[in-house]
Amino acid sequence: MQFDLNSAQGQLQIRARTFANEVLAGRAAERDRTSRFPVEEMAALADLKLLGINIPSVLGGSEAGVVAYAACMEEIARADASVAVTMAVTNMVGEVICRFGSEDQKRRWVPELTSGRAVAGAFALSEPQAGSDPASMRTLATKTKNGWRLDGTKQWITSGDRARLLIVWARTDQGAGGKSISTFVVGRDTRGLSVGKPEDKMGLRGSSTVPLSFDGCEIEDQALLGNVGDGLKVALAALDGGRIGIGAQTLGIGRAAFEESLSASKTRSELSQHHQFALADMSMELDAARLLVWRAASLKETAQPFSRQASMAKLFASEAAGRAVSAALTIAGNQDNAALHRYYRDARVTRIYEGTSEIQRIVIGRALSR
Amino acid sequence: MDLTLSDEQQLVQKTAADFAKNEVLPRAAEIDRAHRHPKELVARLAELGMMGIAVPEQYGGGGLDAISYAIALEEISRACASTGVIMSVNNSLVCDPILKFGSEEQKQKWLTPLASGKKLGCFGLSEPEAGSDAAAQKTTARPDGDDWVISGVKNWITNGPVADTCVLFTMNDRAKGHKGITAFILPMDQKGVRCGPPDKKLGIRGSQSCQIFLDEVRLHKSHLLGEVGGGFKVAMSTLDGGRIGIAAQALGIARAALEDALAYARDRKTFGKAIIEHQAIQFKLADMATELDAARLLTWRAAALKDGGARHSKESAMAKLFASEVANRAAKEAVQIFGGNGYVEDFPVERHYRDAKITEIYEGTSEIQRLVIAASLLKE
Repeated sequence: MQFDLNSAQGQLQIRARTFANEVLAGRAAERDRTSRFPVEEMAALADLKLLGINIPSVLGGSEAGVVAYAACMEEIARADASVAVTMAVTNMVGEVICRFGSEDQKRRWVPELTSGRAVAGAFALSEPQAGSDPASMRTLATKTKNGWRLDGTKQWITSGDRARLLIVWARTDQGAGGKSISTFVVGRDTRGLSVGKPEDKMGLRGSSTVPLSFDGCEIEDQALLGNVGDGLKVALAALDGGRIGIGAQTLGIGRAAFEESLSASKTRSELSQHHQFALADMSMELDAARLLVWRAASLKETAQPFSRQASMAKLFASEAAGRAVSAALTIAGNQDNAALHRYYRDARVTRIYEGTSEIQRIVIGRALSR
Repeated sequence: MDLTLSDEQQLVQKTAADFAKNEVLPRAAEIDRAHRHPKELVARLAELGMMGIAVPEQYGGGGLDAISYAIALEEISRACASTGVIMSVNNSLVCDPILKFGSEEQKQKWLTPLASGKKLGCFGLSEPEAGSDAAAQKTTARPDGDDWVISGVKNWITNGPVADTCVLFTMNDRAKGHKGITAFILPMDQKGVRCGPPDKKLGIRGSQSCQIFLDEVRLHKSHLLGEVGGGFKVAMSTLDGGRIGIAAQALGIARAALEDALAYARDRKTFGKAIIEHQAIQFKLADMATELDAARLLTWRAAALKDGGARHSKESAMAKLFASEVANRAAKEAVQIFGGNGYVEDFPVERHYRDAKITEIYEGTSEIQRLVIAASLLKE
């Protein structure tokens, strides 16, 4: 049994940490305040090979595996959770194409993501009436002579206005349920695809979240990822992996709040027991969360089933981080600390996106009831 | 990051799980109701090499690692938490300090019978007025020639009524505070040693504990464990390891609560379907399972650090704190899932509920664990 990172994983973690400390941390507050999308920061992440951490090097990735991905994600999120979520979705889109795409599709699109030429990747699954229940989506893909035509609306799409490459789910026949959903890769400049007004969010304000509309949006046959009807399977597999990324992101936010609290505490001459207990609980729960995240990552990396474990990791980490940011504010007392406010706001969405806490409990509960 | 068990660890797990299922579980309810020390099970644990798992074979132990210890203890405690704590005290609180602080002669003489399970040990630290504040020891030790003369009262001593050997803590110089504490190896049949009646406890009723009265007990200096004045270090270092054991015991209780609740929820029907199909029940089970996994990872991490010879005070405290609180939440929810059946002795979960509580108290309360963790964080 080995609880540490190996040396290659550790080196990549340090690369991410150095970048986070030296480049990201300084302007995270400003990006949050001005809702500025991190264009240069994403380019820098591409240069550091952090946009395809679990992607083969022939496709421009760093091929460092899932545990390294989780470790790096935590480091980036500790400095700026908005940059981290943009990075997480980009990595996830690349991985989905790697897993379900043909050789041609992989060679055509994955290097766009890993090199940063695509700026970011986007994952267009949710709709106004289909959040926790993606099988009820309404966006339609109609077969045309040379490809498909997309019609419908997507909602809460991270980087949907900036990503040059999007994965879009749509219904390929009118039948009900999951078997009639398919997956498509869509370029940002495709005619008929338009972007709505960015959401004015509580947190992650440096990341962009938009609705998308598809209005007679014509795409080629080559855009179909995997088989017709496999869409829900593709989405759920992607989300299993995505939850490791979000688990790691939320860990980074929780750690930022904890470290801020700890260093402030060290300057005080005397700490109440309540204050000490808050530090102990934050630290313990974040350690437990990290072990759950790394366990899920390690299972995925060694090609074992990890769906339940990824849900546990995401559920526990997001709730632990939620408690940590809250406790950090409490023990800071009346000290004005804008960073803690940002962590508090950033942490909340991790209990909602890529499956709410309630959806994670359903996934875990179903696995247990079998 | 590699969480796979070695072949040896898997074998330990299977051996312990088979024994727990076939021999311990069928007796657990009876042991609890009778407040009975399960002598026959302790003898079987000795045969299986589980009374000194991590002690080298040359001293009669199993020669395995701390992770194997945690794995085995979880399995035994899953069946019977009383049997689990008997095993935990002997392994962690008695064998460990003699192995770490004892002389070669002491190891030959005292450790070998304890680790092989021929004798049973207890740990005499707590006193009526020295629980969380262990340094407030009142038991005195006064040198007299080549001997030490010891008087005082020890409290809540697990295995006390049935133990052969005690790792005993005394105060020989009150002015020095915790540096005035000295540890001894005490044979329980020594003149002047008397056990009070077994404590009447809420849970782990098969584990007997009692007060120990020490009245002018005379011990030769060869019974000193570690240095004169070095007892506090012996105690704290021992508890760092002991907390891994209690964490593993708590894991076993939590698992019993979860597994019993799962089986019941699959079977029990309300409103036309198995209650596991109701979200209110499913969410409880999901949380229990998630927290149990997290607690096990914290426990194994602490054990891995111990095996690597690294400092693990903070990590052991985290494991013990988290696992004990998880066991209590799991047992509470298991009773709730069982409903009325959770409240009666015909079903096992009321026992888990009672057994869980002590894990938040002994070998350092949850509050003491939080102080240990915070002190360590502020020093880092």
